[in-house]
Amino acid sequence: MSILEIIGGILLVIGSSFLFLGGLGIFRMPDIYNRLQAGTKATTLGGMSLVLGVGFLETDWIWKSLIIIIFIAYSNPISSHALARASYHRGHYPYIKSKEKEKMDAYREVVPHTKKEEKEDKA
Amino acid sequence: MQSLTFNQKLGRFILNWVFLFLVWLMFTSTFFWQEVIIGAAVSMLLSLASIRLFTCCTLSILNPVKIFWMIWYFFVFIKALIVANFDVARRVITPSLPINPGIVKFKTKLTTNYSKMVLANSITLTPGTLSVDVIGDTFYIHWIDVETTDPEEAFKIIAEPFEKVLLKIF
Amino acid sequence: MIYVIYYAFIMMALGMIFSAIRFVKGPTAADRTIAMDTLTTIGVAALVLLGYMFHRFIYVDVALVYAVLGFIGVIVIARYLEGAL
Repeated sequence: MSILEIIGGILLVIGSSFLFLGGLGIFRMPDIYNRLQAGTKATTLGGMSLVLGVGFLETDWIWKSLIIIIFIAYSNPISSHALARASYHRGHYPYIKSKEKEKMDAYREVVPHTKKEEKEDKA
Repeated sequence: MQSLTFNQKLGRFILNWVFLFLVWLMFTSTFFWQEVIIGAAVSMLLSLASIRLFTCCTLSILNPVKIFWMIWYFFVFIKALIVANFDVARRVITPSLPINPGIVKFKTKLTTNYSKMVLANSITLTPGTLSVDVIGDTFYIHWIDVETTDPEEAFKIIAEPFEKVLLKIF
Repeated sequence: MIYVIYYAFIMMALGMIFSAIRFVKGPTAADRTIAMDTLTTIGVAALVLLGYMFHRFIYVDVALVYAVLGFIGVIVIARYLEGAL
């Protein structure tokens, strides 16, 4: 067992654990923004380190796995940002735990809330 | 769409060409001469077509001081990404879900579109924050555990370590 | 080494099951899209690992194309939900 195989195995374990945590976060969080937070961060690091681990195990593949890593690191934040903005414009407002709801939601000044959707934001 | 002088266009074209050609070499992972020639031709056509859209900066970005700060930024970013993941893991595993979400805003000193995009992407991948929208120089950030709603202090906590380095690059 | 790969596949399968539950259950269209995005990223990683396990280089290409198409799909759905399309 060479040193590259040990590093690759450790990266595989870390990556797959974070991918599992990403799925669990998507399942457990209460509203769309928190789901995005858990899903994006965990799956980005998980996918990056798993693909890098395979690149370490099979050294001929390292360049192509680097392309996949760069692409994941670039595209995941962009798609999560687009989804967050789209769902706010659509009228799914964030779940806010504390009492001062007006103060905690600064994006309200750009997209004013309408009365009808105010009730639905508990889902 | 900003108007560019000829020198700016040439610098952007060369930078884009080199970058796309490197991607091609990584993708085919071979130095066989037919592949290399086709790759050079295709990446030249692509960078000619996208001169106004996807390019960020001229050749002055290749200054050694800026390259040092870029590598420094990479390490800052990787550290923040790992911290963010353990933070998310802690919140997801804890049975009571310790969250206090909200949306805060702050203003940035960055001017170009590309640097704002890099900052917004970095903010999305760092502990507990998700960029919802960027309007002009105002960032709207969803924060999983709001510590303050004051724009200045939020800026200090969320974005200052990244912006300090980005101002030296762009 | 083979046990590490088994562990990785089991963890990825559990993550896929949880996000598939969210995909079926999710109250809004955006929730389903997030679940699909997570499924795509886990699928890309699983394809690369399968390629390593079977020693087939072509699986990495498939993973790259799948990542690009999933990203474009999520962007298109997001623009549609926003009302810009």
